[in-house]
Amino acid sequence: MLEFPLWKKLWLWGLTLAAAVLALPSLFNVSGLDWPSALPNPQVNLGLDLAGGSHLLLEARADDVRAQRLTNMEETVRQLMRNAKPRIRIGDVSTADGKLSFMLENAGDIDRARGLIEPVMQGQTTVREWSLQVVDGQRMVLSQTDAGVNQALDDAMDSATEVVRRRIDELGTREPTIIRQGSTRIVVQVPGLQDPDALRELLGKTAQLEFKLVADPAGSQVGTEIFPYAPGSGLDGQFVTVNRLGGIRGDNLTGAQAGVDPESNRNIVNITFDSQGGAKFAKLTTENVGKPFAIILDKQVLSAPNINEPIIGGSAQISGNFTPESANSLAISLRSGALPVPLTVVEERTVGPDLGADSIRKGLLAMAIGSIAVIALMIATYGRFGVYATIALVLNVLMLLGLMAAGGFTLTLPGIAGFVITIGAAVDANVLINERIREERARGRRVVAAVETGYKEASRAIWDANLTNVISGVALFAFGSGPVKGFAVVLVIGIITSVFTGVTLTRMFVAGWLRKARPNDITI
Amino acid sequence: MKLLKLVPDNTNIKFLKLRVPFFVLSLVLIFGSWAAVLVNGLNFGVDFAGGQEVRMTFKERETAPIPSLRELVGGLGYGEPVVQEFGAPNQVSIRVSLPEGTENTPGAATAIGDKVIAAIAKEYPDARKDGNDTVSGKVAGEFRNQAILALLAAMAAVSVYIWIRFEWQFGVGAMFALVHDVSVTLGLFALTQLEFSLQIVAAILAIIGYSLNDTIVVYDRIRENLKKYRKMPLSELLDLSVNETLARTVMTSLTLFIALVPLLIFGPPSLFGMVAAITVGLFIGTYSSIYMAGPLLIWMGVTSTSFVPTETATDRQDKLARGEG
Repeated sequence: MLEFPLWKKLWLWGLTLAAAVLALPSLFNVSGLDWPSALPNPQVNLGLDLAGGSHLLLEARADDVRAQRLTNMEETVRQLMRNAKPRIRIGDVSTADGKLSFMLENAGDIDRARGLIEPVMQGQTTVREWSLQVVDGQRMVLSQTDAGVNQALDDAMDSATEVVRRRIDELGTREPTIIRQGSTRIVVQVPGLQDPDALRELLGKTAQLEFKLVADPAGSQVGTEIFPYAPGSGLDGQFVTVNRLGGIRGDNLTGAQAGVDPESNRNIVNITFDSQGGAKFAKLTTENVGKPFAIILDKQVLSAPNINEPIIGGSAQISGNFTPESANSLAISLRSGALPVPLTVVEERTVGPDLGADSIRKGLLAMAIGSIAVIALMIATYGRFGVYATIALVLNVLMLLGLMAAGGFTLTLPGIAGFVITIGAAVDANVLINERIREERARGRRVVAAVETGYKEASRAIWDANLTNVISGVALFAFGSGPVKGFAVVLVIGIITSVFTGVTLTRMFVAGWLRKARPNDITI
Repeated sequence: MKLLKLVPDNTNIKFLKLRVPFFVLSLVLIFGSWAAVLVNGLNFGVDFAGGQEVRMTFKERETAPIPSLRELVGGLGYGEPVVQEFGAPNQVSIRVSLPEGTENTPGAATAIGDKVIAAIAKEYPDARKDGNDTVSGKVAGEFRNQAILALLAAMAAVSVYIWIRFEWQFGVGAMFALVHDVSVTLGLFALTQLEFSLQIVAAILAIIGYSLNDTIVVYDRIRENLKKYRKMPLSELLDLSVNETLARTVMTSLTLFIALVPLLIFGPPSLFGMVAAITVGLFIGTYSSIYMAGPLLIWMGVTSTSFVPTETATDRQDKLARGEG
């Protein structure tokens, strides 16, 4: 047990120092010193609760995706039937209960209608996205399959994650984390953000831009829908009735810039369509010169100007009662694309940078006081063996920090409590060993034998006790979230390093001393 | 050099003489705790109840206007807010729960948060928002489930581990000790109505880890002594084992205690609840290792044959292979 050949010593010291050195850049950083820029610079990541910043959990609703697919399908079916030669006339269209159902005016068209619809029921993938039923020989009912909805949701979330990333990049923040979580969620973490509200406003906006013709007030109200004016549009509380179908969506934009209209001197957003969107927009405006159309953002009307002339150049301007800031925010949202599905903030945590810095300062102070007290007690109780335990303790903290920096783990506020517990675990290993050595000496064993038995007998309990701690740490990591996960990380890594430093390293120290000094008695 | 000795050598305290009254006390504590949890309920923070909590500093004031804040936020129609000093006299935390019926509305928590912050900013221009936590009802429900799962998984996993490493009686004993620790900690939170958050769950897991540490050290010594003193009556043997490890128990508890106290006094205010729970749990865990984990072994009939000294691990495997396990 006490044999330490040179190769083993070199190996142990090498491992210890390699891990400990990795902690140096972080320590330099905390104490405000400059780490030489020529050297690698691994840093311990600070969690949002220490660094300050925002954590947002965004959630999409499957129902929204369902409803959107239904509207799209309705448009597709209407178009197919209209363009069929000869035209297939349908009526009594309903989208109730998440199903699209309609009546064929002529029952003889059923096979033709089926032939046209079946190809669009199959999506781009092998998944069967819709199922078709014929009721009473004349009514067709299209319902969405779960697989189809899930597929659509998955696609929507993938592109939503991309859109969120683009929007946050536009804010120019550093190192945001944007991760899809589960089937309907996106986690966004932005460290060190000064204005979390701006972030939330940006992400809360779906930026679904629509241009719809204002319904003729004298005409029939069938097939129309009503939207309110947006708050701050200057027409709050008023509503606009528009034709439900036949408008175009602002999905095909290549650019959006905030600007000022030179004539009216008002804030506007200039948008540019891609060729496809430009053609659609040109068609819409050409066919409806002189009529008003509503510019609708996320189900709220920004403005409803008249189409004075066909707009065929592929660019247009959006008017509304904008401030320079709101015009810019809208431009960013439009540039980065609409979210394919609305996202709601279901969890938000922000910590101001001052509070985070304050937590670090207080945490470090408390750790320093605690460590000094523990070290004093260890040396007073175990003398020379206490000194070895202290060296092990310091190396333990350095190794833990170093491994966290190297592994890219995050230190959170509860993680600081984890540090303290780890110190406890490291000390406990030495207490177990030293108490055992005391006991063995009291039973009359000679020095070397007592030390050897002490390490051997204590190791068993140390091993069991720490392994169970790792088990509960892993449970915490698996089920916990955010800052609490940070606690689990420190606990698990800390237990490994503390067993290594507390048992293996101190045994090497003690063995070296016994070999050199060959004491007949030890004070312990 | 004279070294400090906290526990004299060769103590012989008859811990287990009082095992029946203490065991009854433990049971009373466990059931009392559950009664307290049922009657008082836990004061769930936003993590588990949903709603929002905002922390603010009033930069131009010595002390935060707590009563008028309570009135202001209470007037918004979301029920009685919890307004507390937080860290410094001019810093507060304001907690508003989700109103009944909005648990399933995804945006409800955020909307409440915005209204509260806006109302305060309007009334007190010097208020600085230091941070906020907003949790919707659905996410809060998930946190509750995860917390329960984490606790159960950890307790089950470590009990199985001890069963494998020792004997089944030890596994059951350790599990009861853990049930005791978790129950009493929950009971204390129900009585004091301190905020119960995700951090407290982490604290309970730390307590589980520490208490188990203690239990294992005692068990390890019991196993060793069972092999050594095969004729000794079990209760005497348990007393011997506890006494032999007493110096270690006191020393380890003390070092952890003196490491935790500065964190309690000088540490960041948002860690207070967690550190307080761990500190109290230290004592609960030590107690349960002696008075829950020990007596149960006697009653479940652990004997020296459980660990026959001549039987090595290899013998045991051979035996198992022959089907005699």
